[in-house]
Amino acid sequence: MCAATNSADIAANTPADRTARGVLTAVAMSGGVDSSTVAAMLHQRGETVVGLTMQLWDQRRLPGLRPTGAPRQRCCSIDDAHDARRVAQHLGIPHYVVNYEERFEEKVVKPFVASYLAGETPVPCALCNNYVKFDPLLTTARQIGAERLATGHYARIARNPETGRMMLLRAADETKDQSYFLFGLTQEQMARTIFPLGELGKQRVRELAREAALPVAEKPDSQEICFVSAGHYVQFIESYLTERGESAPDDAGEVVTTSGEVIGHHQGLHRFTVGQRKGLGFAAGRPMYVVALEPATKRVIVGADGDLRRATCDVRDVNWVSIAEPAQPMRAAVKVRHRHEPAAATIEALASGGARVRFDEPQRAVTPGQAAVFYDGDIVLGGGTII
Amino acid sequence: MRRVYLDNNATTPVAPEVLQAMLPYFAQEYGNASSIHGFGQKCRAAVEQARDQVAELLGARASEIIFTSGGTESNNHAIFGVVNAAKAARKHIVTTTVEHSAVLNPCEELARRGVEVTYVSTSREGRVNPEAIAQAIRPETVLISVMMANNEIGTLQPVEAIAAIAAEKGIAFHVDAVQAAGKIPIDVKKIGAPLVSISGHKLYAPKGVGALYVREGTQLDALLFGGRHGRDGRPGTENVPGIVGLGKAAEIARRSLAEEAPRIAALRDRFERGVLAGVPLVRINGCCAPRAPNTSNMIFPHVEAEALVIALDLQGIACSAGAACSSGAVEPSHVLTAIGLGRADARASVRFSLGRFTTGEEIDYALDVIPRAVQRLRGLSPTWREAVVA
Repeated sequence: MCAATNSADIAANTPADRTARGVLTAVAMSGGVDSSTVAAMLHQRGETVVGLTMQLWDQRRLPGLRPTGAPRQRCCSIDDAHDARRVAQHLGIPHYVVNYEERFEEKVVKPFVASYLAGETPVPCALCNNYVKFDPLLTTARQIGAERLATGHYARIARNPETGRMMLLRAADETKDQSYFLFGLTQEQMARTIFPLGELGKQRVRELAREAALPVAEKPDSQEICFVSAGHYVQFIESYLTERGESAPDDAGEVVTTSGEVIGHHQGLHRFTVGQRKGLGFAAGRPMYVVALEPATKRVIVGADGDLRRATCDVRDVNWVSIAEPAQPMRAAVKVRHRHEPAAATIEALASGGARVRFDEPQRAVTPGQAAVFYDGDIVLGGGTII
Repeated sequence: MRRVYLDNNATTPVAPEVLQAMLPYFAQEYGNASSIHGFGQKCRAAVEQARDQVAELLGARASEIIFTSGGTESNNHAIFGVVNAAKAARKHIVTTTVEHSAVLNPCEELARRGVEVTYVSTSREGRVNPEAIAQAIRPETVLISVMMANNEIGTLQPVEAIAAIAAEKGIAFHVDAVQAAGKIPIDVKKIGAPLVSISGHKLYAPKGVGALYVREGTQLDALLFGGRHGRDGRPGTENVPGIVGLGKAAEIARRSLAEEAPRIAALRDRFERGVLAGVPLVRINGCCAPRAPNTSNMIFPHVEAEALVIALDLQGIACSAGAACSSGAVEPSHVLTAIGLGRADARASVRFSLGRFTTGEEIDYALDVIPRAVQRLRGLSPTWREAVVA
């Protein structure tokens, strides 16, 4: 088992930190307060910094989806790229916008849509981290001479002094922890990545932003998936398919109770999420929840709260982020969605590259498509996609 | 850090003499050129002198020069002006696939309004065959628009031959000469085109000013509506300092072209030889066609052009790749795909454009930096590793 790690070890054992001076560091700047503060922190420490902003999605696409009323803060709008540029100008650091629109569409948007159509509930931020932020962005950073990448994620990276492996840890501020979205990091990526906010709380980050007089110090936090505004994912999927000249998904079907009784019809599987209670389109005498989506039969299965609980789940495409793949079943705390209190479980690596999770207590709304992430204390052991 | 500017096709610095000529017209001679009083008269005189200077650069008469806000307005004025003035029920435009967006997008807008547009393809060098233009002409063709020099690869078009075809058929011909002005001689009479666009900031004048040559007798509707300022019918208070700057820049270009063009061409050729010698597998887009003397567009296989541009900028060298969009990100170039480049080659192409202030020493610096930058990028390129192994 990995040794317990404290913050002193983290500072001492990250080689990137030891060689900080004289080394060019690329900062992934979204235009938000977190990554802007990272740029300011490194710059104030006297490091040589270059800002990179990813252009991921053209907000002019799917114009029908543009939110009406007050403009929203979303991480891939042109306004945000301009905010990042203003911060870079304020700090006097070079800054570039790099175009990853094609890759983002291929690796994030299409799988996002496909996942919903397959009856799952995807985690696009994890896909983006795995296939955009820490892959081509890190490559671009290295190509332009930056040997490491800093981001505004709330998480920590440390080297295990015993095994020499890089480890991913939860942020010190648990309310801001984003380690759930980072389980796909590789050893090499972690060796070249720093998370300067990992030890800080959100309040402290705001203070630092104000102290540095950053133009975005008072900018609201972004909360939603950057390319879809909250509650609009159904329209997004339908508009996206229409734009691509594909027909609307043909996934309407029956609503069936866990006992097999057909109690209604629904407009499309992609409109539902496991655990959903509202918007089922029918009234029942007792609270009813979506407990499963069956792509093969196009059925939405509904049941009582108790029917939502599962004692086991299988996970595919597991990345053992901080440890070697365990040969024996091991104890872990498992998170099955971002805002989930980790549940005690036994996890077992499978030959398929997946893993089986057996919870001590059955867990509510274990949803296919979401990530199951395994923790040992603060250490992220690994994670994968719930089947 | 050293700064070397090799992006003169994007914009040029305002020449010192141009700036000097402009300065009095901000705070001292600030009159409205249309006013009756002495303040206005001074400015009118300056504007009309600039008109003479621009006319002289183009071999035109002063009365044939309209001042505009830049190349985009000049192109829009020519294209919408001709099409709107044509009385036919069915209208058709012939242009090429390698035009600037300031020509393509007006054509697309007209297409949305029911005008038919034919986009004639070019050779792999980006050169259009006049015969292909002739074949695209229909009875309802009202306008042909072809650029003189391509902004991305520098290829020169056979505008004289196309003008002859247009004249024979009685069709209006517009030449977007934004990237040609100041680089190669432009004689509107020799070309035989009734409409020619130029832009100030590609010619060492400031941004926000340009001109459209309109041959006397050309049927052209107005683009903008407002006060009847100036004798050219383009409304709006004249941008006196900008116009004065454009006039001065035109005068300098006319005087210095014969000397400058060969000097820049020699530097560009030395630059290209140096890159070809220092970097394996480099190819030059449009290398075998007549080219603007300052432009070099190169394919660096197994290199992301976007990353190379950033890497070079971090070492003080400014160049460009693709088309800049408003966020500053790079979008794939329509010109490079139009000349038949595959996606990989288009994404590996970088444009270097020299200018009046480029020195031999700057070229030496670029030749020192570029091979090492490319080597570093390739060292991290998965396709390069495969190519080396194979």
